[in-house]
Amino acid sequence: MTWINQIIQGVLLGGYYALIACGLSFLFSVMRIINLAHGSLAVLAAYALFWLADRFGVSPILGLVAVLPAMAILGWLLQKTILERSARSGRLVPVLSTFGLAIVIDNLLFQAYGADTRSLAPFVGSLSYDSFDLSDDVSLGTLALITFVTAVAMLGGLQLFLTRTPLGRAIRATAEDPDTVGLLGINAGRVNAVAMSIAMVTVGVAGFFMAVRATFAPYAGAAQLLFAFESAVIGGVGSLWGTLIGGIVLGVAQSLGAQLHPQGFLIAGHLTFLAVVLARLTLAARGGRLRAWIGGAR
Amino acid sequence: MALLEISGLTARHGLLEAVRGVSFSLEKGKTLALVGANGAGKTTLLRTLAGAHRAAAGRIEFAGADVTNLPSHKRAAAGIALVPEGRRLFARMTVEENLLLARAAGRPGRWTLEAVFEAFPNLLERRRSRAGSLSGGEQQATAIGRALMTNPDLLLLDEISLGLSPLVVDRVYRQLNALMSSGATIILVEQDLKRALGVADSVICMLEGRIILDGRAGDFTREQVTDAYFGLGGTRAAAS
Repeated sequence: MTWINQIIQGVLLGGYYALIACGLSFLFSVMRIINLAHGSLAVLAAYALFWLADRFGVSPILGLVAVLPAMAILGWLLQKTILERSARSGRLVPVLSTFGLAIVIDNLLFQAYGADTRSLAPFVGSLSYDSFDLSDDVSLGTLALITFVTAVAMLGGLQLFLTRTPLGRAIRATAEDPDTVGLLGINAGRVNAVAMSIAMVTVGVAGFFMAVRATFAPYAGAAQLLFAFESAVIGGVGSLWGTLIGGIVLGVAQSLGAQLHPQGFLIAGHLTFLAVVLARLTLAARGGRLRAWIGGAR
Repeated sequence: MALLEISGLTARHGLLEAVRGVSFSLEKGKTLALVGANGAGKTTLLRTLAGAHRAAAGRIEFAGADVTNLPSHKRAAAGIALVPEGRRLFARMTVEENLLLARAAGRPGRWTLEAVFEAFPNLLERRRSRAGSLSGGEQQATAIGRALMTNPDLLLLDEISLGLSPLVVDRVYRQLNALMSSGATIILVEQDLKRALGVADSVICMLEGRIILDGRAGDFTREQVTDAYFGLGGTRAAAS
């Protein structure tokens, strides 16, 4: 029963990883941008919620109403001021500029808030530790369950948006061939800015859950980026449902690793990530699919 | 009044001047064939007209308005559609999705999804297939259908028979003939001289970025056009 419990908890943890990987995966699949500032932006959103709660007593859940639109505007500005320009200079430059952006955000937060660790948990009542029993051995955290459901809803919603709506189709087409969409009356620059705004909203949601479930500090972004990155890569970069599966695989591996050994949590996660990457490369080299894989990731 | 009026149009690829001071005009409802050897500047000219390539000098007037500096998406909205060389379909999207994208031009009209499938019945059963999995003829039909879905006033067709079997080319041209007789305005780049002269009202032959021959399609023999094509004629035949 302990193992079943660990698997269930791992799946729920995977929902959280999928949630923080959502924006990363979305940005990569639609704009071919690897956003290294992803984690830092999530921490930034968390600080914004903290600021509203601490200074004005606004509940973080209510705070999302202000922070998510602010993140969307921030996404638009980032696209127009940094990403669009750097994308013109080749594929490596956006990676470097988002790396620089991460450093700027981290240090600005450090400047403003110092090294203290914060959490939104005190502002949401008992939500961060509420749970209910499934059986004598298995109990589920309410927040973990909400996180999981949110991840499924967000990834599924984005998937539906991309396949069923004119704007979603325009985003996919722009990702594939930004020159040709213009011939059909689509403004590629605007479409990319909208996509970036959407990605930043998901980052804001990720920041909320990160800050409610645990603690955060100015330099917490890198750790968030790492788990998001591992989830996205395990699930197959650029596939939204794959990201959910990738997150779950990572979460289950970590939970089982922790059950095996007290220090097994991180190691099992990283080993699974490496195993998936190596297996994929080996398969690709054998089956001549290397080109397809790289082509798919381009 | 001319639908399209071009004067002194120049377009560059870096230092290379691909289109050099080209001027011509096109009446509404007419079909113009643009011929010339590879590298004569035909594709660049069409792309510059569609806004996919920036004009270095000159002026493009469309339906009475100066569109020289409009970006491509605004030209699509103004009614210029290009079927690009190599089709440039969105390979990972379905046929139907490729067609639906063109609604972004915001020009509702007689070319709807149903109308395209009626004109190209072979696409109907492939509507849910990825564009990348289609045969060459089906891809070309999708590319033409996609351009038509913007309900253009001016349709630019770049080498639509490239890479297709003669049988498929015949089928594509049958559809085009129907389109032309319905009063569409078309500029057509075509390597097959006989076909080009057969369907067009007027013909322009380009050589090294310049117009070397310009006139009504019936006024020239095939030999005259061939000579111009290879820069042999010596004299500049500028009839019309």
